[in-house]
Amino acid sequence: MRELIVVSGPLLALLTAIACLFFWNSPRIQRYLNLLGGLAHLTASSFLFVKVLNLGPQVLKMGGWTAPYGIVYVADLTSSILLMVTGLLATVIALYNFGGGIDEARERFGFHALSQFLIFGVSGAFVTGDIFNLYVCFEILLMSSFVLMVLGNTKEQLVGAFKYIVINLLSSTFFLVSIGMLYAQVGTLDFADLSVKLSTFSELPVSLQIISHLLFIAFGIKAGLFPLFFWLPASYHNPPIPASALFAGLLTKVGLYSLIRLYTFLFPHQGTGTFEWMWWISVATMVIGVIGAVSKMHIRRILSVHIISQVGYVTLALSLMTPIALAAALYYMIHNMLAKTSLFLISGIVENSNGTDYLKRTGGLFSSKIWLSVLFLVSALGLAGLPPLSGFFAKLFVVKAAADVGSYGSILVVLGVSVFTLFSMLKIWNEAFWKAPPVGAEFHPDQSFCGKFYSPQMISIFILSSGVLLMGVFAGPIFDVLTTAAQGMLDPTLYVEAVLGIGGS
Amino acid sequence: MELWLVVVISALFVLSFYLLLQRSISRILLGLLVLSNAANLLIFTVPGLKRGISPIIKGDSLAGMPHADPLPQALILTAIVISMGVLAFALALSMKLKKWLQIEDVNEMVEE
Repeated sequence: MRELIVVSGPLLALLTAIACLFFWNSPRIQRYLNLLGGLAHLTASSFLFVKVLNLGPQVLKMGGWTAPYGIVYVADLTSSILLMVTGLLATVIALYNFGGGIDEARERFGFHALSQFLIFGVSGAFVTGDIFNLYVCFEILLMSSFVLMVLGNTKEQLVGAFKYIVINLLSSTFFLVSIGMLYAQVGTLDFADLSVKLSTFSELPVSLQIISHLLFIAFGIKAGLFPLFFWLPASYHNPPIPASALFAGLLTKVGLYSLIRLYTFLFPHQGTGTFEWMWWISVATMVIGVIGAVSKMHIRRILSVHIISQVGYVTLALSLMTPIALAAALYYMIHNMLAKTSLFLISGIVENSNGTDYLKRTGGLFSSKIWLSVLFLVSALGLAGLPPLSGFFAKLFVVKAAADVGSYGSILVVLGVSVFTLFSMLKIWNEAFWKAPPVGAEFHPDQSFCGKFYSPQMISIFILSSGVLLMGVFAGPIFDVLTTAAQGMLDPTLYVEAVLGIGGS
Repeated sequence: MELWLVVVISALFVLSFYLLLQRSISRILLGLLVLSNAANLLIFTVPGLKRGISPIIKGDSLAGMPHADPLPQALILTAIVISMGVLAFALALSMKLKKWLQIEDVNEMVEE
């Protein structure tokens, strides 16, 4: 029974989602349940994190079947940290829904249940120890994201959702095909067992190389890497704010997490060629993402396109494949989850106070909402990378990792792209907050939703922004933990021992 | 037998990619349908087809006998269910696009 803590995150989310379904007709109760589910998730995964930190990877063997034959769920340090951040985001976004953060029509059609199903899929993907279950969790989170994306039935949502669905189904099929071929080649689907069996190859045979590339394409689509990201700017800005925030905070990150697992556990001996390729792809992702963001004029579009550029940072760090680089990638990922979600939630309030998020028709928020402006500055400058906020350290660690292996091109790109990031964030600042409200833009917002400092929305944004600040202040200890996590990924001995018993199978 | 299945699978993949690259929404849907079936058939084929008994153990009835590998079939079963659900959703979505918005062609999906 005590091993159940490993799956407590996904399990609690699933239970909350089911509980929400029982109260289909009363959105109020669902709203509270959603918040409660988020809090429970956060608490349970914090316990799990402490346990993993003290005792090493925790394993749950489903039905008591031993590892290579049964299904295992494993929480190593990386999974438990990401689980904790997921719990935090779930809580904060559930809080945002109070007092008008989400319209009641959408609530009546199961918004809360769907967001918990999404959390279920995401958390499941983080703790599963089996590549086929990773596929299943991906499908769970995709399915809920499909419905969240069309919920509300506006034209933009339906059109965006179609593109999103087609490309994601394609990527899932790639994933499925490569799982089938991997099973045919290696004869197992368990991460630990795969890692042991694949490490016997000194050089990968062509068939396994093809599988690894197929998996790279599948995860690359989900993460939004360079030539495969076009679905993201087409769809992310359409759904309602809390759904957008969930997507921005979690979905691409699951793709990134899978990429990290793929290249640390399964194919670390891929050879430098692949990582060189990945480096170029990351650079293209970063540059194109940030230029796309600069060219947009809607806040949410700027933020969505910007996600792509941030994904590039993480894969750039991953392509260097040193413990420090991997820790930097994890740090960057967590920083991005906090800062990006915070900015999306802020964009919701901006949109509500102006009636639009089109930058030419917004303005004057600095004089009317000083606290919101401060919180925006913290998150936006955090994203751009100004000290002492988290983004500064995230970039510093990436630069340090690049300098250690003498990849000076990376440093140039990282710093250059941050300048453009700063530029696009300042663009939002100037247009929405600093300049006077445009003449003739008479819009009388629902003051109960967006004005007060003590509104649930402001509290949730405050939590995330202080997260950005605290991650910067405590960068040292956090980075130490992440370095341990990264070492656990690069050298999966502990993980394998926990799953298969001492000495492997 | 396996060789023939490989030919069929490749044909299905080619067909599905051809359909996915079309402009009409209904053809794209058909493409997705064919694609998921091609993937399932591939999982079924790659571990090798064996004519033998079913892998149900009674005493030591399986000792030394050729038997089918049950795992790929379990995988396919899961994958079929998932792809059915997702395709049903995609079908409903395309109905909405067609009936509400009169969009039948991806070229009409441009953003303003």
